[in-house]
Amino acid sequence: MSEPMKIRATLQVDTADVRILMLHPMETGQRKDAKGAIVPMHFIQNVAVAHNGKSVLDAQWSQAISRNPFLGLRVKGAKVGDKISVTWTDNKGDQRTDEVAVAAGQ
Amino acid sequence: MLKLRGGIAAIALICLSGSGHAADPLAVGRQMLAEDNPGEMWVDRGKKLFYEKRGPKSASLEKCDFGMGPGKLEGAAAQLPRYFADTDSVQDVESRLVSCMVEQQGFKRADIAKTAMGNLDRMSDVEALVAFIASKSNGMKMNVPLSHQKEYDTYKAGEYIFYRRNGPTDFGCINCHGENGKRIRLQDLPNMTDQKQMQEVVSTWPAYLGTQSNLRTMQWRLKICYWQMRLPDLAYLSDVSVAITSYLNHQGNGAVIQVPGVKR
Amino acid sequence: MNLLRRTFLKLSGATAALAVAVGTGLLKTGEALAATWNKTAFESKALTDTLKNLGAVGAAESPDITITAPDIAENGAVVPVAVTSKIPNTQSISIIAEKNPFPLSSTFDIANGAEGYVSTRLKMGQTSNVRAVVKADGKFFYAVKEVKITIGGCG
Repeated sequence: MSEPMKIRATLQVDTADVRILMLHPMETGQRKDAKGAIVPMHFIQNVAVAHNGKSVLDAQWSQAISRNPFLGLRVKGAKVGDKISVTWTDNKGDQRTDEVAVAAGQ
Repeated sequence: MLKLRGGIAAIALICLSGSGHAADPLAVGRQMLAEDNPGEMWVDRGKKLFYEKRGPKSASLEKCDFGMGPGKLEGAAAQLPRYFADTDSVQDVESRLVSCMVEQQGFKRADIAKTAMGNLDRMSDVEALVAFIASKSNGMKMNVPLSHQKEYDTYKAGEYIFYRRNGPTDFGCINCHGENGKRIRLQDLPNMTDQKQMQEVVSTWPAYLGTQSNLRTMQWRLKICYWQMRLPDLAYLSDVSVAITSYLNHQGNGAVIQVPGVKR
Repeated sequence: MNLLRRTFLKLSGATAALAVAVGTGLLKTGEALAATWNKTAFESKALTDTLKNLGAVGAAESPDITITAPDIAENGAVVPVAVTSKIPNTQSISIIAEKNPFPLSSTFDIANGAEGYVSTRLKMGQTSNVRAVVKADGKFFYAVKEVKITIGGCG
């Protein structure tokens, strides 16, 4: 069971500023463990972001994205309460979806 | 511009001397990381763990007294380390938390010590809990008391340790942290005899460390310092570690706490 | 009638059809569920091949692409990079670390009102240009910014 993402979506005028933190090893397949064995590749390959059910961003990632990765994007035409949903899929086929409602900005 | 091996320009060396330099080429990176700090995921997890019934006694940590009363967390980290009558000792956030985990939840101290620091395969419960508890003092000023005799003794012990040179390398904290502009390779070392720099240190631990891919506490930082000085292992939650923490935090009194920090 | 087509028509439900498709080798198991992942581009080792596999040969340098990244990064494992594209109808943004063993780090396809803006963090093996490649209205543009990687030493 993967750990929940931390998603912040705040409205700036009519644009939702979306910031997503994820917990994932993003293993490159180059690292050796304490016993000297190669730790196999294990990284998020796709991140899909939807706004009220409509796809707004589809990201393809390589193993060169940092461990415990971050994704920031901006969605125009958003309102407070709109749903932002994020799904990541990794090279092992594991998947995780989290969602938040757009909050008012300051 | 003279280019050194590895493409690091000589001018960069000048820019790295001490924090707050006008044209700090490291500033943008640090700012971007701070705005979206993976450490926040440890805070979230710590909050969940704090209120969950856990351990052989199936109890939450809501009865744990960090000095402000059982379960009261706002401002608690800002006045730690301090003396606690029930343990007749001076304790910091982490040692106080572990006392409660042992007494109230029934965990074994030795088991906690083994897993207190996470690795690349596992988040640690203790680090998450410390992150959460410390975050409840955000926006408040560090205000470590020296009213009890043991608090004062612990603080003075920490001061003594800070300046004492030991071991095969004749190293004390003062060697790395006693002057402006010192660094190890291209990493700045804060001058801890300077109050402002000290305040910046104490207000940003615990912190998410990029090189560790984990949130780390002062217990981890001190352990690594001892390793770097080629001194014997600093035992987890030892009196020495609490004494140093007491000295550092008190010297940083007045600092506005903003945790988790984020560091390389 | 083609035997396979008869089989498809007999089965009801997407799962059943999918199972048949996988079983008959029409779809490889991994592909059935995975979204697009540009394997050839991600596995390119030379910058020229990466750009070719992105379809971005002959891209024009554009002042309307801004790369926000540190001049010097303290830790090559976590280098923050943000790309803003002011080019109208930006369809995708790709981020390349030119000196990485596999230069392409990510491609972001933008749709339905998202701004031409993405922010993430890269692993960079050494000081290198970071190149942002933007596809807008079917045409390709790029910008570069050098990011220096330092070595720390405090644990």
